[in-house]
Amino acid sequence: MEKILGFFLEHREAIFLVILSIFLGIEVISHVPAILHTPLMSGANAIHGVVIIGAIIVMGHANTTGAMILGFLAVVLGTLNVVGGFVVTDRMLEMFKKK
Amino acid sequence: MNELSQFSTDASILEIIYVIASVMFILGLKMLSHPLTARRGNFIAATGMVMAIIATIVLHRKDGEPIGNIGLIVAAIIVGTIIGWVIANRVKMTAMPQLVSFFNGMGGGAAALISMMEFPHVSHDLIVKSGMANGHVLAILLGLMIGTISWAGSMIAFGKLDGWIGDLRIKWMKYVNLTILAGLIGLIVFIMAQKPGASAELMPFVYIIFAVAVVYGVLFVMPIGGADMPVVISLLNSFTGVAAAMGGFLYDNQAMLTGGILVGSAGTILTILMCKAMNRSLFNVIAGVFGGGGQAGAEAGGTVREISLSDAAVLLSYSKKVVIVPGYGLAVAQAQHICHELDKLLDEKGVEVKYAIHPVAGRMPGHMNVLMAEADVPYEQLTESDEINPDLPNTDVLVVIGANDVVNPAAEDDPASPIYGMPIIKAREAKNIIVMKRGMGKGYAAIENMLFFNNKTRMLFGDAKATLQNLVNEVKNL
Repeated sequence: MEKILGFFLEHREAIFLVILSIFLGIEVISHVPAILHTPLMSGANAIHGVVIIGAIIVMGHANTTGAMILGFLAVVLGTLNVVGGFVVTDRMLEMFKKK
Repeated sequence: MNELSQFSTDASILEIIYVIASVMFILGLKMLSHPLTARRGNFIAATGMVMAIIATIVLHRKDGEPIGNIGLIVAAIIVGTIIGWVIANRVKMTAMPQLVSFFNGMGGGAAALISMMEFPHVSHDLIVKSGMANGHVLAILLGLMIGTISWAGSMIAFGKLDGWIGDLRIKWMKYVNLTILAGLIGLIVFIMAQKPGASAELMPFVYIIFAVAVVYGVLFVMPIGGADMPVVISLLNSFTGVAAAMGGFLYDNQAMLTGGILVGSAGTILTILMCKAMNRSLFNVIAGVFGGGGQAGAEAGGTVREISLSDAAVLLSYSKKVVIVPGYGLAVAQAQHICHELDKLLDEKGVEVKYAIHPVAGRMPGHMNVLMAEADVPYEQLTESDEINPDLPNTDVLVVIGANDVVNPAAEDDPASPIYGMPIIKAREAKNIIVMKRGMGKGYAAIENMLFFNNKTRMLFGDAKATLQNLVNEVKNL
């Protein structure tokens, strides 16, 4: 029990951030018209490509060959997620231009 | 938090850029929710991402150490950018769901790799202080599990949507999946309950978690029938969001944390909305049990009546109100443009034409809207099923093109049907119904459609594109 309480105290900022972000995510998406569901899913998909930051950090401190290979792979995958996600979303939205 | 309190200009600038990037993600997601601002929203989110990436490479310090291997990192980014750019630009709009699934899997894979590499490097001080049951170990293991499930599941979803992986349905699958999931959680608890020691010694267990999570991701998506695929993609999308957030927790990185959680919660809500639209429970999605065919409810009865092209042309031209229900079949035949030509032609003749778009038409919610927008149909002309249903009794002709399950009355009549309870476009309430289809094949959910045997229904068999082309010519010649 003490451990759980200690954990909460130590990470209170992150926990606050998580809770507020959850509400924010719900709030932001609840007014989306159905016609934009696919681009929205794709756009959100691109945003979680933020995982690339973690890949860069891990690669930036890799010092064995194995770690470098895995790190390189992680950065490539993260970049694919970011670039592919945003480009595809843009391609879809380009078609929604108003006449 | 302690390292942060030691003031350093670089660290402060990095944090400020992360805050700005987070704001741009939120703004971008918000703007994506309106057709007029959506494109700019996507651009803003992308800009925030580029800022965060560059700032990380230049300014990030870990225990005072700057980012090394910069050459390799830049090379990896260039490789990823070129591949991502080419794939994203080459793929056809009809293949969009596979693509979203594929890119989603890439993010999940990256999260899993990060976890595997960070596990042996959990700070020794931290383990001495709080044992293995600390926040970092939890974040790493959860990131590994969720990221791996998302990667494996997304790849299977990609293969299934692309048509090279079939369905696998076994009755007791549900229990197998739940057991595996319980096993995964058990493994995490087991690692965290170990005596404080070097985390590197526990690596074999981390590989086991990875392997079991791959199995779970595969088994979880395998039984899911075609029509239910959108729910799974949306769910896996939010999984990757949560996996990214775990990385944010591990690195004390607020941009990763906000970005990841934002997508995780938004994706979950979207999943729930979709489940509601399709009358599924989220529990069944996670356990991997889906209906989607097999036990076809009512057997086909009655006769099917055809209509000639010229009769169809006359019927449409002399109507007041026409509603078109496009389905995935229309998109596969690449017939959106010719369909739009037909509606313009009818519009010139004074016929009011509207499109009724079911939320789950196509292979992803809103997919059909994108496909119609691709053909320059103004989005004001696209209406949702709830909006159009009350209007249908006053509709002279309803034209179903390549759609099936979304107009199937079994959803209202037949409690034994797997789609029972799903809101549909109430096609049979229209005065006349024309169904364009390749043949008498069943829909994506593989169930019989009584609408085709309705006495108000006339069938127009053939390839959607060719049939529509002929129909346009007939209408022109009238």
